[in-house]
Amino acid sequence: MRRPTSTIAAAGVVVLVPAAFIAVFFVFPVASILLRGLGGDGLSALADLATSPRQRGVLWFTVWQALVSTVLTLAVGLPAASVMARMGGRAQRVTRALVTVPFVLPTLVVAGAFEGVFDRFGLDAGAFRLRHTVWAILLAHVFFNYAVVVRTVGGYWAGLDRRLEDQARMLGASRRRTWWEVTLPRLRPAIASAAAIVFLFSFTSFGVVLILGGPRRATLETEIYRYAVTRSDFSTAAALALVQLVAVLALVAVATRLERLRPIHNRPGRVRRGALGARWVILNASVALVLLGTPIAVLVERSLVAGDGYGLANYRALATRVRQLPAPATIAIWNSVVFAIAATAMAVLVGTLASLVVVHGRRGLSRLFDLGLTLPLGTSAVTIGFGILIALDEPPLDLRTSWWIVPIAHALIGIPFVVRTMVPVLRSIDPRLREAAAILGATPSRVRREIDIPIGARGLVVGAGFAFAVSLGEFGATSFIPRRPENLTAPIALFRLLGTPGDLLRGQAMALAVVLMVTVAIVVMAIEMLRGSAEGGL
Amino acid sequence: MQTPTRILGFLIASALFGAACGADDASNGTTDGDDIAGTTITVISHDSFAISTDALASFTADTGVEVQLLSSGDVGQMVSEAILTAGNPLADVMFGIDNTFLQRGLDANLFEPYESVHLDDVIDGLALDPDNRVTPIDFGDVCVNYWIDALPAPVPTTLEQLTAPEYEGQLVVQNPETSSPGLAFLLATIAGTEDWEQYWADLTANGVTVTAGWEDAYYGEFVAGGGERSLVVSYASSPPAEVVFADPPVDTPPTGVLLDSCFRQIEFAGVLAGTDHAAAAGAFIDFMLTPTFQNEVPLSMFVFPAIESAVLPSEFTDHARLADRPHLLDPAEIEANRDAWVDRWVEIVLG
Repeated sequence: MRRPTSTIAAAGVVVLVPAAFIAVFFVFPVASILLRGLGGDGLSALADLATSPRQRGVLWFTVWQALVSTVLTLAVGLPAASVMARMGGRAQRVTRALVTVPFVLPTLVVAGAFEGVFDRFGLDAGAFRLRHTVWAILLAHVFFNYAVVVRTVGGYWAGLDRRLEDQARMLGASRRRTWWEVTLPRLRPAIASAAAIVFLFSFTSFGVVLILGGPRRATLETEIYRYAVTRSDFSTAAALALVQLVAVLALVAVATRLERLRPIHNRPGRVRRGALGARWVILNASVALVLLGTPIAVLVERSLVAGDGYGLANYRALATRVRQLPAPATIAIWNSVVFAIAATAMAVLVGTLASLVVVHGRRGLSRLFDLGLTLPLGTSAVTIGFGILIALDEPPLDLRTSWWIVPIAHALIGIPFVVRTMVPVLRSIDPRLREAAAILGATPSRVRREIDIPIGARGLVVGAGFAFAVSLGEFGATSFIPRRPENLTAPIALFRLLGTPGDLLRGQAMALAVVLMVTVAIVVMAIEMLRGSAEGGL
Repeated sequence: MQTPTRILGFLIASALFGAACGADDASNGTTDGDDIAGTTITVISHDSFAISTDALASFTADTGVEVQLLSSGDVGQMVSEAILTAGNPLADVMFGIDNTFLQRGLDANLFEPYESVHLDDVIDGLALDPDNRVTPIDFGDVCVNYWIDALPAPVPTTLEQLTAPEYEGQLVVQNPETSSPGLAFLLATIAGTEDWEQYWADLTANGVTVTAGWEDAYYGEFVAGGGERSLVVSYASSPPAEVVFADPPVDTPPTGVLLDSCFRQIEFAGVLAGTDHAAAAGAFIDFMLTPTFQNEVPLSMFVFPAIESAVLPSEFTDHARLADRPHLLDPAEIEANRDAWVDRWVEIVLG
């Protein structure tokens, strides 16, 4: 059968666009900074690292805390995903939007809120001390990543055909056995995906470790920062960055392998909502309320403190420029939303094409894309930021101070979310369904339009929501890119407001955090609605 | 490997972002001699830099030079980035390198010498580079602050008193590895105590709390943010900020400054080596030493002006106090010993 040229050209675009994006904005900068750092005394720095007990301890702690954070997040998030999977359409959309809120909160603000909670419940001292312990780090990681498990697994779960479970139950399998032998194996690709993201997020977490973990804890991420930024020791920093890269490569390879094992196919539609035990729903709602609700409630309360009482003065003040900021905070919010839209658009475009390559491409190419597009999430913001500075510094690619570099950096972090949420969904499409369509005379593009896209959309909305939330709240990578004052983002503005003493500035910072939360909830809900209407048209 | 990557990059970039890049790359051309009108210069600074649009407009009106600002994290990040991009700098002028990072910048040959026409107006003792590669623009003190109503004992007056039992568990400091005021306070103790290692051992025994940065010290542990500790490393200008940004308004600050604990931080500006606009860059440094800019500095950045003739706002004359004899260390000595001092500090305090 001869394929029309347009199909071949389309296939070329599908491969080339994501490949070029990652090559130019990730591989080239990271390779440049690593070569620059390792070129000097890098190799001896690498040898020093290998023999340093302190650095071995840092590597161990980095991996350990990320693993434990992942396990804990799964333990708390999976039950909640089961509830979400069986909610009705509107309730599910609202829940999915609400759990995304922690994503946009700057670590500094969350750390402050957590410490406020610790203080209130006497957890700042004594036997149950949380402040400056590893428990505070783990708790914060569960807080930030809960949404990853709930949305990724919950979204996938909702699309599973529940008749299999019904059949198993009818044949006499107990509830537990049905879960272990029927549900869990089918969920595994989505769980592996969510686990990979949570692991990488925790692996490279910076503020949580520094602020909540206390001065004695160090991870690869904080060490890279210490050497590159505080000491300008680029050799040691590059050696550490190389270790980070290798560790992430190894762990992502394991995760993608788990995700690929025995794909179990689903048919679209035919989803039935199941009844849920009331106690199970209440239990999960309570966990979510305590875990996510308490720190957020502390923030909202603080944002409303005005003068001697409560009021909206902090919110009104956002429209007026204070001298510490180059523009009013409202402009910063607007900038952040525009950046986030641009970043989400890029992440969705690149991530969707890449997911198609991962699922339908040749084996080698598929593996390469799967690994390569997930890596940015596990790479230090310092490595990417400094890499961009030295690599993209000459025309035609002098993007160092371009407006685009901020959304590009955000998209790099958003793409892995899109890929990791779409790939399991696309892979779960029963090939027989596509074959049947082809036999019945559907062209490849029609198969794509009527089968891949509607089913893939389920993963896409989850990924797009994350890409938007990640960009809106992004601080680390943004702060490493030299910015024009008129491009001030909300998280940077918030950090600046907290940099000078005075309750007026602090109150404004808290109000800004709450506005960010509301913004992300509204936008993610709107993205979910888009999907809802797309499905309705089927 | 570089060339193919660059070509690939070129293709993609021109396809996707051609329009945007074109606008950004608009060349300004080079200038000769004193004819600087019509050029655009870029000024890079740390995130704390603030200037009014009126002041910037007056500079452009006087010189014909347009200014593009860039901000880039904290001082450490800005200097590290400048070292990485040396030869192809991001900007023409750098503002905000301080005396704790100065030597690192000088060693990396980041700056071209420029002798400002207003150098004679600068307060004595602030200009630290005899070759004028950098020019002092402002200064401030990093000092221990106390919350007046929360102190468990009389107001301390010396660094040594902080190790006394009545202040047990009261002091919050920042890790010098991750915080600029944290490093400044370590330097204050190195310059200001007989035996700084013993001093920190005593502080540790007295229950000093360490945080990663200023924000979590001031708002997390210190009384200001609801914490329980009454002493924190902050700035001499923090009390006036507590008045300016008070809610509800107050007449006097709730905090005070321990003047014996102050380390003097001086911030400099310099013309970045490799600039095509050295003359215009120099003109901007001159402008930064004029009263137009200097009078703004206290309330926009909460630091003190570097020129004698600057007029301090009433918030500063009423509520800010500077140390008569602040602690200072030679930038070269700081750069030579900094990593070793910090490593030793970590051993003593964090064990």
